[in-house]
Amino acid sequence: MCLVELKGSPKPVASCAWGVRDCRPGPKGEPPEVFTKTPMVRKAREGVMEFLLINHPLDCPICDQGGECDLQDQAMAYGVDSSRFKENKRAVEDKYVGVLVKTIMNRCIHCTRSVRFMTEVAGVPELGAIGRGEDTEITTYLEQAMTSELQGNVVDLCPVGALTSKPYAFAARPWELNKAESVDVMDALGSAIRIDTRGREVMRILPRDNDDVNEEWISDKTRHVVDGLRAQRLDQPYIREGGQLYPASWRDAFDAIAAKVDTTEVKRTGAIVGDLATVEETFALKDLMTRLGVVNLDCRQDGAVLDPAWGRASYLFNDTIAGIEKADALLIVAANPRREAAVLNARIRKRWRMGAFPIGLIGERADLTYRYDYLGAGPQTLADVAAGAHEFASVLKKAERPVVIVGMSALARPDGAAIASLAARAAQVGGSDGWNGFSVLHTAAARVGALDVGFVPGAGGRNAAQMAAPGALDLLFLLGADEIDIAPGAFVVYIGTHGDAGAHRADVILPGAAYPEKSGIYVNTEGRVQMAGRASFPPGDAREDWAILRALSDVLGRKLAYDSLAQLRQALFKAHSHLRRLDQIAPAERADIAALAARGGTPEKAAFGRALDDFYFTNPIARASAVMAECSLIAEGHAALTAAE
Amino acid sequence: MSVRRLADAAIQPKSFAFTVENLDWAKGEIAKYPEGRQASAILALLWRAQEQAGGWLPQKAIEHVADLLGMAKIRALEVATFYTMFNLAPVGQFHVQLCGTTPCVLRGADKLIKLCHDTIGEPLQISGDGKLSWVEVECLGACVNAPVAQINYDYYEDLTPENFTKILADLAAGKEVKPGPQVARQFSAPSGGPTTLTDPALYAHGNGGPLHDPALRDADAKWPGEPANVREAAVPKSPVGDSSANRRS
Repeated sequence: MCLVELKGSPKPVASCAWGVRDCRPGPKGEPPEVFTKTPMVRKAREGVMEFLLINHPLDCPICDQGGECDLQDQAMAYGVDSSRFKENKRAVEDKYVGVLVKTIMNRCIHCTRSVRFMTEVAGVPELGAIGRGEDTEITTYLEQAMTSELQGNVVDLCPVGALTSKPYAFAARPWELNKAESVDVMDALGSAIRIDTRGREVMRILPRDNDDVNEEWISDKTRHVVDGLRAQRLDQPYIREGGQLYPASWRDAFDAIAAKVDTTEVKRTGAIVGDLATVEETFALKDLMTRLGVVNLDCRQDGAVLDPAWGRASYLFNDTIAGIEKADALLIVAANPRREAAVLNARIRKRWRMGAFPIGLIGERADLTYRYDYLGAGPQTLADVAAGAHEFASVLKKAERPVVIVGMSALARPDGAAIASLAARAAQVGGSDGWNGFSVLHTAAARVGALDVGFVPGAGGRNAAQMAAPGALDLLFLLGADEIDIAPGAFVVYIGTHGDAGAHRADVILPGAAYPEKSGIYVNTEGRVQMAGRASFPPGDAREDWAILRALSDVLGRKLAYDSLAQLRQALFKAHSHLRRLDQIAPAERADIAALAARGGTPEKAAFGRALDDFYFTNPIARASAVMAECSLIAEGHAALTAAE
Repeated sequence: MSVRRLADAAIQPKSFAFTVENLDWAKGEIAKYPEGRQASAILALLWRAQEQAGGWLPQKAIEHVADLLGMAKIRALEVATFYTMFNLAPVGQFHVQLCGTTPCVLRGADKLIKLCHDTIGEPLQISGDGKLSWVEVECLGACVNAPVAQINYDYYEDLTPENFTKILADLAAGKEVKPGPQVARQFSAPSGGPTTLTDPALYAHGNGGPLHDPALRDADAKWPGEPANVREAAVPKSPVGDSSANRRS
């Protein structure tokens, strides 16, 4: 379909395979000319189109790709109104390739984009084209389910309706959907997404191009978590009475909280921010807590030791995601980028494929889709590398732009501070002047933003683990914090979206808005400030989280000084001016890393664990999703199979 | 051509591994290719696996070769299903690949196809005694001796229903058969002797001079030529330096 006319050439040429340097000049040395809209081009493309449509079924009215189909668009431009093909059309059996991708193989036009994506970008060569000629068929080996975390992207790549989204099958037509641009919160990368809604319901999530972050890919969790937004939702306030949760009005819920706040010591009150909170609501909660005099604040449910006091560079992915492509050596410390940030892993693989990119891994062995040197399992190896005693240290030393990725499983340990210091030293082993390759790979979308606004214990305050300990607190506010076990005893106020762990533990539940239902700022692991757009509205009586906090502050008699999101943002920008610069990264101080490296400390001997137990179950939305549960089952089965081999 | 799938699970062997000799040989094949390009040896290895497995490729054999070469199983399956020389289901002891392309059909291959249907059965089905199976293939490249059939490793040429029936019967009975042309001629030489360039006068020098032998006989060595890397044709010019550049001035 890319045929063009070349001046002086008797035949049309395929522009995808014809270099400009192959174009010949005219007889008098004029520069070559290429035509794209001549009658000859049109006729040639019509000819190709006729061949493409020979075996393509005319089932657009029942095809999920209808309305956003490349072949349909081309047929509108170059198709003829009738067919000269009198023979039978080819029929192809549909294949099973997993729970996310539905196949209708009659429609396949053998472009093999899906095969190339899985092999080259995802790095999991599971799809292939068997047979040949007209009988070519795209399939997995013996129709096993695909295991890549990026497999959903083949649906976007497929130019026809041969590979479509299984969970979204026959759900909506593209022209009925409202499209909102937003930012993903399933991992800390902040991939650019487009949320498609019909009425109030989120129908699907698609990637947007953002070369700085996700290029054009998103992970399966980002894409298919959609059904989790419908299930298990909290749509009205609840109050626990006699061990049972009963529906309540906002007024009663607020009164119950106010009564508790009035009778509780400030020292025995605390607040924890979860992994999906926007910067605005974190800021509002901190504001409210400060007005109450509470210092027990924390945003690090998993116990990560990162501290804003160490400087902003100490908790950012300083190399930047796009910077991976310029790096010339990589040390991964206790991280599994494939699980913790699947799109970032594709970027590392892209760099690895370019060659001359030594990669070392310390921590748990995993199939990362690229080759790496396994250096060791625990902090001792990291100490050797940092001290220059390990042979990988010489690789880092030679490199101009070495990157050290530090995972959450290294930092969320009691000795995390010592390990962070070691990693900072390893990041300083090599590299040219001014280079900062110390890169913290966060797993929570809210974490960097919350650290930026300083949602950490104040002077004499308790951290998350201490707050959750038995008998530590009498009153605890959870802003979507579900990944931490709160010991019995404390009165828990849960502001969140799903009936998950936090809601089960709560004494008062205030229903909030999930990420497609509110506009908010997220700061990704690089420190890039991004604005998520609103696509829908919270269900039932649920409200946006900042509005809940604002209303609660009024009842508590400590009214927050903003009545709209715009005013809240103004206050936020005034306090933290770098958040004003959307889509940009405020430069972090390289000296912070040197200071961090100098902190020292003695790490324990224990080997690094893993940050995510199950890629598909990392947050309340994913845990409510049936699709994610299916994916998790398949991944478990695959893991058992691989272990058996 | 038709859709090619692996054989039914019921007849797939439970395991496959190269014999010691074949494994040695396979390692030699793999060593022919530079580091990182081991997958290039797949055709040779699959072919040897097919020989070892008795003329067809079981699923486990494809997986064994894929593992040996460190490739994804789907990559090996792609190759095995692409090439028709790999049989994905068991074939007879003598597997007949009958050419059904134009020159052979013009010389009567359609009659041979019907004959195979009648005596052996459906394509890719093994005959009752397990000796024979057949399949129609595209051009075998011996059109000058059409019609042609390849049976295991040998070509049988100049076939007629009569001599083909006899070949099949002899093979099934375990008798010796003669590969090559089934009529009186050597290789692709004209049957019944030369038909052109037979006039001795052609080999005379000048008018009425003494007769000479042909300049070259079949037995003679050919004239030594330049090595292949020495160009006999003119070296192509770059577009800048060609005639269009001259026309400019």
